[in-house]
Amino acid sequence: MPAISAAANEELRLKAKKLRQDVLTMVHQAGSGHPGGALSVLDILVILYYKVMRVDPHNYRDPQRDRLVLSKGHACPALYAVLADKGFFPARHLKTLRRLGSPLQGHPDMHKTPGVEMSTGSLGQGLSVANGMALAARLDKSPRRVYAIMGDGEIQEGQIWEAAMTAAHYCLDNLTAFLDYNGLQIDGWTRDVKTLEPIVEKWRAFGWHTLEVDGHDYASLLEAIRRAQVNKGAPTMIIAHTVKGKGVSFMENQINWHGRAPDAAEYARALKELKN
Amino acid sequence: MAEKTGIILPAEMATREAYGLALRELGRRRDKIVVLDADLSQSTHTALFAAEFPLRFFNLGIAEADMIGTAAGLAANGYVPFASTFGVFATGRVYDQIRNSVAYTRLNVKIAASHTGLTVGEDGASHQTLEDIALMRVLPNMTVVVPADARQTFLAVEAVANYEGPVYLRLGRPKIPRAVPPEMPFELGKAQVLREGSALLLVATGIMVGRALQAAAMLDREGLQAAVLNMHTIKPLDEDLLIAMARKTGAVVTAEEHSIIGGLGGAVAEVLAENCPRPLVRVGVKDTFGESGSPEALLQKYGLTAEDIAAAGKKALRKK
Repeated sequence: MPAISAAANEELRLKAKKLRQDVLTMVHQAGSGHPGGALSVLDILVILYYKVMRVDPHNYRDPQRDRLVLSKGHACPALYAVLADKGFFPARHLKTLRRLGSPLQGHPDMHKTPGVEMSTGSLGQGLSVANGMALAARLDKSPRRVYAIMGDGEIQEGQIWEAAMTAAHYCLDNLTAFLDYNGLQIDGWTRDVKTLEPIVEKWRAFGWHTLEVDGHDYASLLEAIRRAQVNKGAPTMIIAHTVKGKGVSFMENQINWHGRAPDAAEYARALKELKN
Repeated sequence: MAEKTGIILPAEMATREAYGLALRELGRRRDKIVVLDADLSQSTHTALFAAEFPLRFFNLGIAEADMIGTAAGLAANGYVPFASTFGVFATGRVYDQIRNSVAYTRLNVKIAASHTGLTVGEDGASHQTLEDIALMRVLPNMTVVVPADARQTFLAVEAVANYEGPVYLRLGRPKIPRAVPPEMPFELGKAQVLREGSALLLVATGIMVGRALQAAAMLDREGLQAAVLNMHTIKPLDEDLLIAMARKTGAVVTAEEHSIIGGLGGAVAEVLAENCPRPLVRVGVKDTFGESGSPEALLQKYGLTAEDIAAAGKKALRKK
């Protein structure tokens, strides 16, 4: 039996379509930003925020909430779209992205944006922070869980592997990490810039319970997360195979959409596709 | 706190040793105190805390960037982490982690660095951080504390734990004599007048405070009354007291076991230049790296003795 019903799956699919539109609207209006990685990570955020994480937008500082660290901070338009949709802050803020005085900074700021758990943007730092949060949950004897999302290029940062060793050493089974494996980084394909493979073997060798899924398939994502939740004694890494620019035909797998905003014509085309 | 807890600190003790004792004491009273180290817990004396509170001690191995990030995560979720390693690894090596995960986030992380300055000694230049005060001072939200002796360290650890926000606490390797009267309280950001004097002002921090007092005694024998100010908090700098005493004396010397660029000397120069320009001479390491040698031999070679401070005082007076 799939981890998710056909009806629930359809509901999430429609939700994601709407959120992808929000992402493009935000980045288009801001005139800059990172649509490619935001679109690739979006379905991971959707499954977490709509089916998994215990968070309350109206009591978002509840000490017992689950935590998410978006270590690939540049994908924040996706997170902002989700948080606004969930009601952490008014949706009208979305159009202020990257503007002076906006609560929505170019990279996440935990003090400016309700629901953002950690300020990120300088790559490679979020997994260590998530480890600290997982250790805090353990010290508190709390069942709360910690989630971390990394970009694939991001794991070229050495600190990720320091943190990978730490999470395994401290047996942080309350931590689930995701790798948004879209295969592209600013200078090209990860396999050309500096290969990450063999990636599953790397995480396993570092002591992680490692799973591989289609990062746009809700049933697979949810099943992997459930397996992470019951796994004891080791942190879980979910290698999520994703498509950069997912959902917009002319952005998919195109590196030039890593950090560029769509102009008016491109935006209209993208929105038309997403509304179909 | 030292007295309250019945701990009697000897007349000579390293500030890192006092840190270890203070941390353990703090751990006994506050269960949110956690300690992180990067494979140097014997040297930083966090091993004392680890022995008594193994569940609240995290050794991150030789992975300082990860240590700072982990501390940030613990702080974000209600704990008060003290992260320790040698100064050179606790600052420059992890600068971006401190900048983005600690200072920008205003998280309640205490970075307590031992083995700072030239007095690391024989390990040589690679391990002698002479720029850490400058690096930490320039970060918004960061508080920078350099205790003058063991007892002050004991008090500073308590004050730092009570303060909500990022702190860099600079500690040293060698045993140093008492410099601050035992009854003197400690308040973050409030410099201490250890000696009154009207001819000139000696502003010192860390191990140089004791030496500044010696220099003042030397100058006194020559009929020059120097005031001595213990600037244990470099940031926020006690500007009011500094300006008042600079006005009163008319000549200023700074003394630090650090580069003369960007540290105490730099901070004092900035404040004086904007508020009350007076002749200033900076005692410290003069834009160079250190080398291997005994701590005392290094302090002599690089011009950080009491005699050097006294000579700097006379130089400042000549500029009056």
